[in-house]
Amino acid sequence: MNSPSAWIQWTLFVGLLAAITKPLGLYLVQVLDPGGRTWMDPVVRPIERLTYRFLGVQPVHEQHWTDYARSLLTFSFVSLVFTYAILRLQHLLPLNPSGFGAVSEHLAFNTAVSFTTNTNWQSYGGESTLSYLAQMVALTFHNFASAAVGIAIAAVLVRGIARASVQTIGNFWVDVVRVTYYLLLPICLPFAVFLVSQGTIQNFKPYTAATLVEPIHIAMQATDAQGTSLLDSNGNPVLATREVTSQTIAQGPVASQVAIKMLGTNGGGFMNANAAHPFENPTPLSNFVQMVAILAVGSGLTYYLGRSTGSPAHGWAVWASMMILFLAGVLACAWAEAAGNPLHHALGLDPADGNMEGKEVRFGIFSSALFATITTAASCGAVNAMHDSFTALGGLIPLFNMELGEIVIGGVGAGLYGMLVFVILAVFIAGLMVGRTPEYLGKKIDAYEVKMSMLALLILSITILGFTAWAATQPWGTAGPNDTGPHGFSEILYAFSSAAANNGSAFAGLTANTPWYNTTLGLAMLFGRFLMILPILAIAGSLAAKRKMAASAGTFPVTGGTFVILLLGTILLVGALNFLPALALGPIAEHFLTHSSTLF
Amino acid sequence: MPPRSTPTLFDRSHLGSSLAAALLKLHPRVLIRNPVLWVTWIGALLTTVAIVTSPADRGFNAHLAVWLWFTVLFANLAEAVAESRGKAQAESLKKTRTATTARRLVGDQEERVPATSLRKDDRVVCEAGDVIPSDGEVIEGIATVDESAITGESAPVIRESGSDRSAVTGGTRVISDRMVIRISAEPGHTFLDRMIHMVEGANRQKTPNEIALNILLAALTLTFLAVVVCLYPMGLYAKTTFSIPVLVALLVCLIPTTIGGLLSAIGISGIDRLIRRNVMAMSGRAVEAAGDIDVLLLDKTGTITLGNRMATAFVAAPGVDQARLADAAQLASLADETPEGRSIVVLAKEQFGLRGREVAEPHARFIPFTAQTRMSGVDLASADTSGTRSIRKGAAESMKRHVDRLGGRFPEAIDAAVENISRAGGTPLVVADGAEVLGAVQLKDVVKGGIKERFEQLRKMGIRTIMITGDNPLTAAAIAAEAGVDDFMAQATPEQKLARIRAEQSDGHLVAMTGDGTNDAPALAQADVGVAMNTGTQAAREAGNMVDLDSNPTKLIEIVEIGKQLLITRGSLTTFSIANDVAKYFAILPAMLMTTFPAMSHLNLMSLQSPRSAILSAVIFNALIIIALIPLALRGVRTRATDARSILQRNLLIYGAGGLLLPFLGIKLIDLALTTVGLV
Repeated sequence: MNSPSAWIQWTLFVGLLAAITKPLGLYLVQVLDPGGRTWMDPVVRPIERLTYRFLGVQPVHEQHWTDYARSLLTFSFVSLVFTYAILRLQHLLPLNPSGFGAVSEHLAFNTAVSFTTNTNWQSYGGESTLSYLAQMVALTFHNFASAAVGIAIAAVLVRGIARASVQTIGNFWVDVVRVTYYLLLPICLPFAVFLVSQGTIQNFKPYTAATLVEPIHIAMQATDAQGTSLLDSNGNPVLATREVTSQTIAQGPVASQVAIKMLGTNGGGFMNANAAHPFENPTPLSNFVQMVAILAVGSGLTYYLGRSTGSPAHGWAVWASMMILFLAGVLACAWAEAAGNPLHHALGLDPADGNMEGKEVRFGIFSSALFATITTAASCGAVNAMHDSFTALGGLIPLFNMELGEIVIGGVGAGLYGMLVFVILAVFIAGLMVGRTPEYLGKKIDAYEVKMSMLALLILSITILGFTAWAATQPWGTAGPNDTGPHGFSEILYAFSSAAANNGSAFAGLTANTPWYNTTLGLAMLFGRFLMILPILAIAGSLAAKRKMAASAGTFPVTGGTFVILLLGTILLVGALNFLPALALGPIAEHFLTHSSTLF
Repeated sequence: MPPRSTPTLFDRSHLGSSLAAALLKLHPRVLIRNPVLWVTWIGALLTTVAIVTSPADRGFNAHLAVWLWFTVLFANLAEAVAESRGKAQAESLKKTRTATTARRLVGDQEERVPATSLRKDDRVVCEAGDVIPSDGEVIEGIATVDESAITGESAPVIRESGSDRSAVTGGTRVISDRMVIRISAEPGHTFLDRMIHMVEGANRQKTPNEIALNILLAALTLTFLAVVVCLYPMGLYAKTTFSIPVLVALLVCLIPTTIGGLLSAIGISGIDRLIRRNVMAMSGRAVEAAGDIDVLLLDKTGTITLGNRMATAFVAAPGVDQARLADAAQLASLADETPEGRSIVVLAKEQFGLRGREVAEPHARFIPFTAQTRMSGVDLASADTSGTRSIRKGAAESMKRHVDRLGGRFPEAIDAAVENISRAGGTPLVVADGAEVLGAVQLKDVVKGGIKERFEQLRKMGIRTIMITGDNPLTAAAIAAEAGVDDFMAQATPEQKLARIRAEQSDGHLVAMTGDGTNDAPALAQADVGVAMNTGTQAAREAGNMVDLDSNPTKLIEIVEIGKQLLITRGSLTTFSIANDVAKYFAILPAMLMTTFPAMSHLNLMSLQSPRSAILSAVIFNALIIIALIPLALRGVRTRATDARSILQRNLLIYGAGGLLLPFLGIKLIDLALTTVGLV
């Protein structure tokens, strides 16, 4: 944080995000209204109509929330099965120049769930597991579809708040089609071209074998012909030096997938190293634009909320609350990383270097900390550094962001509806304090909304904590972490937090490609996505059916500084406190232990 | 239910019975309805069992168990104290429901039957000295009734058939005369029965908001239960085995025991506060709705103005001495018993020192007001027989006709004066002596002192006031302006009132109104809060969801304030309770982890003496805070008439920030005390 470039980058980032929020929000108003008009209408309208005819959808026919939920679940289930099938059959399908075999059952389940739920948790390395067809058709399709579904649900909740005395909340098919056609595709096309201009690759070539100009030598554990490790007379492993002379360079249609992976907060990398890989994220400019793309739609949705409900100030209040949490996260993470590890300093490392372990030298400390905060604030999960190698507190921030439910701007759509759950709870708890039964933008908050909101929160807490507690006591679970002590615990906690919150970033350091982990993480992702969505849709339906109360000076204010403080307080007290004991056993314990000279 | 003194919070006479009631409420069958307390109860039980099963920690576990039981007990005590106050009131009401005998009419025959056997539409006779056996409508006769048993007001009231004062209440006593009553309530459903139910809190239905809050508390309890249950295996990973009592301690401190324990007490005492202001709410729901009201329909008469018009000025015709006008006006009003008439006599006396003369003056013939002439006055036969002096007063139009007929001239100046008075919201009365117009008297509604400021406060709170009056629009507008109401309905009929309420409601407003007549009943039923006057008809009393025993329409404003206070108290204590968790975490978590990770002592922000002292201090604080907040729960938090934003800021600061910080201080102090005493 000492370098001016960090401050410049930060200011530019926040400034740009603030600047695009309103125009994007206004555009979203048009996109999310079936009758909305955009400049693309002459070209896209006919295709849109054709799509409806093909799907057999009456675009004017709106759905009750239960019908909407049914459509959503059907769509998700069918596309999940489709993806599973492609992964299992990729060896029989075209565009597989590297000749990868079928993906194992549990990994295919995990991956199909992961991309359907907008999580993009990857128990595999993309370039060493999946064919181009699987990447482009099975996965990139979901990158669009799951993002569109997320935005649609946010739109439904906002409609529920804005409408009064109606039974319907929109048409699922229309929402998903319009978001894809008018928002995601039109932005991703130029975005992908831009990425190519920066050096991101886009081809169907087989992998290239390159001979190293300067062969490198690595010390490895020696093995005998059977592959068992050799031990010396003292029982210590015998080391052998191996010379590496060639490198396989992965190729593929990367740019097209990276564009949507960022804009749709999916985060599933084409390459295993994700955004740390030079083919995915070649330059500081591509890094910067990718970071903006992650938060762009989520940020615009706050304006959409304000605009649609007739209270732009409320939209900005929600945005401000998100930004405060975001800025605090960036500051804390960057500070922890810049401070580095005291034990390293004792060994003579320059404290000014901070903690560079696991970071790209191209990006350095601040860009890595900023990226880590952004990717977990949103449900993106793309990474440009190894979160596992962060300091204990530096790693706490991404973990914390996910456990809040990724409401700090958040995943496209998911961030807004997750945040609105807290808004409803804040209004309910504190709303009474102004002497009226709680009321949110004219809608009474009754037992039903409270029940559904708490259900959504409860599902997140129980999924994360329950699976972590289970894994922490089972042999299959404790076999996963590569490290011991609190750090190992953090690795398990991070995995289930990332899965349940549909983030998909990996702490790394966890061997997750096992039947148990693939299955439990897959379930956590399903719970975290669909068991969250159903209460949200129920709230939307219930709010839409209510009559709208008139506003007066006695109405609970959902704008301004007081509301922002209240909302932040609710998030921290009702959302974050649940995870304090778990965090205390993980990163917090590790932090204090590091400072008393114990490492893991 | 007199005397209705403000009860002290811990009445010594009630405390004993409250404690006993609190102990009875420890029964699991009672507690299971409250998830927060139910979990605490089970935790206390588990800890008690642990005293026996883990001998190593016997002393510590015993301390914990005692305080956990106290936590449940204190929460029960809060409810018991709140209920005890209602119970005492119910007792005094029940005394008035002593076995009375009714004189039922069968045909023309009277028969004596027990009051409890009376059914709806039976007819009974009541004479001086009789206790009215049940609720009903006077269908014959007029009588004075002592209603002090219900209202606490000792002055007797008149009840007569065919008027807006025809309703009688069972349990009240006839003082004079005889009347026939048609019974309007089935046994067990009389007004008195409902009152007793209400104050006793028996079969108290949870209000919608209370249900929602209970769901929140239950969900929070479930969340923290999951957190604590998951903590045990997570501890095992860190090679730490947490003991059950310590986990229970953490759980009980995290779940919202404070608000969980006080919630029902807050609700009961809200209704109690209404009762002490002599308002009977027919349901808790109505009290809650009162807080939401943002439109008040207020009857002009009695609420905004002092009941009747008063003479406020004499405007003499050109060439006429003002004293002469005053004298004539007084003479014309001597026999006029209406408040307007009396006010003219008084004004003449005040301004010109004219004493009221003997009414039965010789040769004086008083002309009463009739609908045909629309005038009243006096004919004086003068002593010298020079002729009869004929003084008349009346509305300008009728006086014009009167003067024209006598060949007089109606001065233009008086026309102008009449116009001015009307425009200013007054009622002009023109006075003529024979054919000569002497001038006009200005009658005006007198707006109650302080009412304008009250409306100003209501406006700040976001509540709109609408004045309902039978006056013409001109008069209504002037009074509305003077009183500072936001809107008015002139020449309002009951149908228009009903339509207005519906319109406001469809615009998203919640409306409160008062009413007494039978034709008010539909509007009372339509309004979100309908306050019927106790003096009103039975129909009105049944249509409204509250009855004001004092029959004071101004009380509507107080009712709204009480509703708001109830909700504010509930919200403030919920916020306080949830905010408390932070400090408790910082007390218990480091204490739990310090044995495995000594470095965790950095999190011991309060530098509590030992892990055990820390855990015990948090649990003791958690129990004592309930006791400490009972008075606040019963009294209600202080409220101010201001806008929502300011109220929110203030309460967020006191109960939010206070809830965060206070337990740090409290736990530290308890820790110091425990260490000093050497308990841990």
